Amino acid sequence: MKIHEYQAKALLAKHGVPVPQGEVVFDAADAAGVATRLGGGTVVVKAQIHAGGRGKGGGVKVVKGADEARATAAKMLGMTLITYQTGPHGQTVRRVLIEQGVKIQRELYLGIVLDRSSERLVLMVSPEGGVEIEKVAEETPEKIFKAFIHPGLGLTAFQTRQLAFALGLQGPQVAAAGKMMTALYNAFVASDASLLEINPLIVTEDGSLLALDAKMNFDDNALYRHPELKELRDTAEEDPLEVEASKYSLNYIKLDGTIGCMVNGAGLAMATMDIIKLAGGEPANFLDVGGGANAEQIKNAFRILMADTSVKAVFINIFGGILRCDVLAEGVIAAVTDLGVPVPIVVRMEGTNVEKGKQMLKESGLKFTTADTMAEGAERVVALAR
Amino acid sequence: MSVLIDTHTRLMVQGITGREGTFHAKAAQAYGTTVVGGVTPGKGGTTHEGWPVFNTVRECVTATGANASVIFVPPPGGADAILEAADAGLPLAVCITEGIPVLDMMRVFGAIRGGSTRVIGPNCPGLITAGQAKAGIIPGHICKEGRVGIVSKSGTLTYEAIHQLTKNGLGQTTCIGIGGDPLIGTSFIDALSLFADDPQTEAVVMIGEIGGNAEQDAAAWITQHFRKPVVGFIAGQTAPPGRRMGHAGAIIAGGKGTAAEKMAALSAAGVRVVKSPADIGAAVKELLRA
Repeated sequence: MKIHEYQAKALLAKHGVPVPQGEVVFDAADAAGVATRLGGGTVVVKAQIHAGGRGKGGGVKVVKGADEARATAAKMLGMTLITYQTGPHGQTVRRVLIEQGVKIQRELYLGIVLDRSSERLVLMVSPEGGVEIEKVAEETPEKIFKAFIHPGLGLTAFQTRQLAFALGLQGPQVAAAGKMMTALYNAFVASDASLLEINPLIVTEDGSLLALDAKMNFDDNALYRHPELKELRDTAEEDPLEVEASKYSLNYIKLDGTIGCMVNGAGLAMATMDIIKLAGGEPANFLDVGGGANAEQIKNAFRILMADTSVKAVFINIFGGILRCDVLAEGVIAAVTDLGVPVPIVVRMEGTNVEKGKQMLKESGLKFTTADTMAEGAERVVALAR
Repeated sequence: MSVLIDTHTRLMVQGITGREGTFHAKAAQAYGTTVVGGVTPGKGGTTHEGWPVFNTVRECVTATGANASVIFVPPPGGADAILEAADAGLPLAVCITEGIPVLDMMRVFGAIRGGSTRVIGPNCPGLITAGQAKAGIIPGHICKEGRVGIVSKSGTLTYEAIHQLTKNGLGQTTCIGIGGDPLIGTSFIDALSLFADDPQTEAVVMIGEIGGNAEQDAAAWITQHFRKPVVGFIAGQTAPPGRRMGHAGAIIAGGKGTAAEKMAALSAAGVRVVKSPADIGAAVKELLRA
């Protein structure tokens, strides 16, 4: 799960991470009041969307005083922000953060992620802040410094000193950086985060450290023990069909093609997208109905698939292991009868009770195209979608 | 011959009285696996479907001589169940549970790596040795005894591969679903090194997916150490970056972990990489004929 910058900053501040003062507004009329409360001087107006690259897209503006803050917020709210992370359709801005302006001496980078190879959290820093860290890693990997954190020991003092000195920090900044790193690590672990990035982490003109930006993602598997985080979810930032699918525990991701896919198992669902592409088509979605899908779930899956108006044909690819093919056939027949699916459907099923399932589809009186193999199914559905 | 489980396996089930635990304990027994009993805390001393139920894994191991455990407990208790299996000294713990928080698994592996327990999973279909035994949810009836080993991050794609092999007249030795989470107990390299030492396994099917670099690590290891033919498939060639494709570990992050990069690494290691998941069986047949 992703959250907004202002939410991440509030969460981090609770753990003792220094962040700039600011407030979020949903309405431009409130922006002037916030700017005044922040002293009436320079403020930064920052569009809040779940994507990076906002500055380049025009989503971050430095302005002076309450009137300018209000005018800028008015322009930003409702605008469609297109960044390298939003895709070509962009994302509508519905919230803006009004923050105190700060004078920057240096821009640094700090991030915490899980390193799969060492099975540890890794704290990464770089003196090259304010740019994409992937670019730094690619071009100047020697400018990235890492500490691998033992899960039993946590982040140790010497590790924070190593990183602080590597960043070129001096005097009291070293201890301040250590305190900040520890607070960030604690916030990460306490909230079951999956990613934490402070880019840039700045040294202000007076030499203090401040998290000028903050990005946090969380482990969906751990949300059950963080009701406070669940409340931060902003479904306006997600695809409406994906939000709908999540209500039924369906694993659905909307894509740009024309062939709707219904598959059991994440690996087979990805492989089905791949084989559609190999056959010359484009998948409209990723959809894993799970190993134990029942008739009701298949109906919901169909509803969501068909709500996507770009779908020209549907490919059902099921390997019945636990899920029996006759149960699947029953669900598909019921869903198609109920919903009146207006596009061609290609069914490829294999595994437990496959003959019975095929028989049921044949006798249903509905128009299904069946296929014996994945490749054959993919070719048929691509032809039908044309 | 085979790897990890065979006719000597004495399987216990953590979460044996639950719906999934019961269903798959019966299926394992029907396949010929020796299922000796299981654990559900609080139900110790009772009998479930003819099996003795214990409060703790230690008690179950002492009383039944279990030497492997399959774990079907809900995600909040998943990590703890693995720790309990390791504490009881079980050589093999197969965790089917999907949805265990990754920081829980980080702590588990921080504690038990280097110990005597091999973990398969979590978030995996388990494993099966054709004609001998199974621990997990891979349907037994699609398997056939033979000479091909399978190691895979995905469940249904494993079934697909088994089915294609069987259709091509090729049977399997052991099929291992290693799981689709970011942190897993047994890696591709671990599984491949087991297959390297198994004389009956003549070829291996390796099924990976986007996310992380376990496939690239395996490619480097294969170049150095593995002499048997390998057919590889990577799922997610068309997956968009930054999106988690069902499995917690299946995500292209910061441009890394793409299918293209994994396929290139495996090809360079001499693995026969198929672009289409429909070509796995035929490719193995061709390699074994050559």
